[in-house]
Amino acid sequence: MALAVRVANLSKQYRIGEARGKVEYRTLRDSLGRLFRRPRSATIWALRDVSFEIPQGQVVGIIGHNGAGKSTLLKILSRVTRPTEGYAELYGRVGSLLEVGTGFHPELTGRENIYLNGAILGMTKAEIDRKFDEIVAFAEVEKFIDTPVKFYSSGMYLRLAFAVAAHLEPEILLVDEVLAVGDAAFQRKCLGKMGDVAREGRTVLFVSHNMSAILHLTQRTLVLQKGRVVFDGPTPDAVDFYLASGFRRAGERRWDQEEDPTWDPAGPFRPIALRVRDAQGRVTDTVRADEAFTVEWEYVLEQPLRGLRVGIYLLTTRGEYVFTSFDVDDVDMYRRWEERPPGRYLSRVHVPGHWLNEGRYILSVNASIFGVRTFFHEENALSFRVDPTGVVGAQWSERRLGVLRPLLRWEILRNA
Amino acid sequence: MTSRINPNPKPYYIVRPPGRWGFPDFRELWQYRELIYFFTWRDLKVRYKQTLLGVLWAWLQPFITMVVFSIFFGRLAKMPSEGLPYPIFAYAGLLPWEFFSKSFNKAGRSLVMNRPMLTKVYFPRLVIPLSVVLSSLVDFLLAFVVLAGLMVWYGIAPTPRVWTLPLFLLLAAAVSLGGSLWAAALNVLYRDVGYVLPYLVQVLLFVTPVVYPTSLVPEQWRLIYSLNPMAGVVQGFRWALLGVGPGPDLGMAISVTVTLLVLLGGLVFFQGMERYFADRV
Repeated sequence: MALAVRVANLSKQYRIGEARGKVEYRTLRDSLGRLFRRPRSATIWALRDVSFEIPQGQVVGIIGHNGAGKSTLLKILSRVTRPTEGYAELYGRVGSLLEVGTGFHPELTGRENIYLNGAILGMTKAEIDRKFDEIVAFAEVEKFIDTPVKFYSSGMYLRLAFAVAAHLEPEILLVDEVLAVGDAAFQRKCLGKMGDVAREGRTVLFVSHNMSAILHLTQRTLVLQKGRVVFDGPTPDAVDFYLASGFRRAGERRWDQEEDPTWDPAGPFRPIALRVRDAQGRVTDTVRADEAFTVEWEYVLEQPLRGLRVGIYLLTTRGEYVFTSFDVDDVDMYRRWEERPPGRYLSRVHVPGHWLNEGRYILSVNASIFGVRTFFHEENALSFRVDPTGVVGAQWSERRLGVLRPLLRWEILRNA
Repeated sequence: MTSRINPNPKPYYIVRPPGRWGFPDFRELWQYRELIYFFTWRDLKVRYKQTLLGVLWAWLQPFITMVVFSIFFGRLAKMPSEGLPYPIFAYAGLLPWEFFSKSFNKAGRSLVMNRPMLTKVYFPRLVIPLSVVLSSLVDFLLAFVVLAGLMVWYGIAPTPRVWTLPLFLLLAAAVSLGGSLWAAALNVLYRDVGYVLPYLVQVLLFVTPVVYPTSLVPEQWRLIYSLNPMAGVVQGFRWALLGVGPGPDLGMAISVTVTLLVLLGGLVFFQGMERYFADRV
């Protein structure tokens, strides 16, 4: 088997403030000022000594928490930025999709943008000519192809942007989370297209937070943690490793501002900790199937907020949603907490026993004002296990199908 | 992990830490010629989209400036114009000047304006300022038609040395690109540059013989005056087309030398700073 990608001791150092565009720019005065002060060695390694090899035709996933270095890795491989140390060799034409719709201009029509965007992604005019009809059909924008895209709905815009990218035919494809956008139907379509690409024998590197997409599309996955590869192996094992690791303490996720400033530290919402407590109130990562448990999220509001909702998503490790729930779902609660004054808060939800099936679950969290602003969002914030102890139907030792395993009220009527 | 799966042929490309400073890879730039074309085309397309007069603006802008200059400098200030009608004298200077000032102003900001692309896609970054200069060149060529019309109107025949005009146009393009490379790269690191550019262009207009003839500049200052490369360009235009003012002399040689230094230095500087673009822009 031929080699597609070789990465050797790849490292990337950022000056603090440089990474993730925290400091947007410097002014001349800052630099002049710096001349007279001792240089501070505030640097971080976004990537450290990353090495791996990918044979041609393999589809590889890359997972890790925010700030683990996933995007930096793809940026280096796609030549957007240079490494500080180490090197990478790419054997084949590379197409990178770090974002869809790069270079789209609102004033230009769909047709014009297809050509422009295609050229930016590295397609020749002849290639675009050849695939033009296919792209338009895939995006389902035939009727609006000569309308400026500023008049497109966000869905149409997205479909067109992805359609151009999807018709790039590189030998090595680098993809960063582009599937996280769009409605469910469109996501399915994108996943389908990705699957096709994989089946055509092309090499794909795929960064995602979506565990089900990773499980579905890839055979092998790298887990990054603080810039290092901490796991490299079959995808199911990697997903398990990822979900079980990285949490300071079983059953609790704390947000430490210095280490992981992925939210706006100056913003009004500051997360502190997310915990799972069993029926006895102990923080744990394993709850009994027959007992209720609580999920609590501690946070601080720096300013009064109107219309805030704080909630959790419960998912299986396969990435299927079990439910979504917000602390002001109840109309009375909604009225009571319409305006929240500043202060330290705890939003707690009680999940009944005899309800979830045994297995591992993932909690994602979200704090937002609906339709206005998202203050905080984290996928895979915490994982916990539902222990089979006292599971419904324990009289038969069998694995039951289904996410839920509820104890429902049955009636048995004889000779009815 | 370091086991060799297969000793391969040549990699398509290798990513390494930035090396020593040097010139951009012109072969690669040539491979990206279609992208240069598309960016230029986008610039022009967007500039005249949703305007009532569309591409007429390429004619109107320098024409209106010429009329204003003719009224204030020609009529009121009685500025000498080497024996030519002032409008045609001013317009012949305005054309290369507008080409430069438009390119420099826009290309100098072009990297920052295209930030999303710089952080998401790879292509030689030189493509961006280069295509801005090219799109200004198209505007120049359009506006040139008006100059031809003016010459017919005033009954002025071009000189036999009009064939040198493309050389001066090339010089103007070199000044524009060279200056833009410095400005664009610096602007990524220091946004101050974006604020300074319009003033710099204004000051340069005063030390370029656009509204006045070079003969107005005292003899002993001429050589220092020629350090402004646009002085050479504008003089050259009038000399080649209308047959007035100094032709290729020591001053012109100085202008050309400065231009080459600005351009070559700009290419090296731009290439050297490219390593910082994606992380700092």
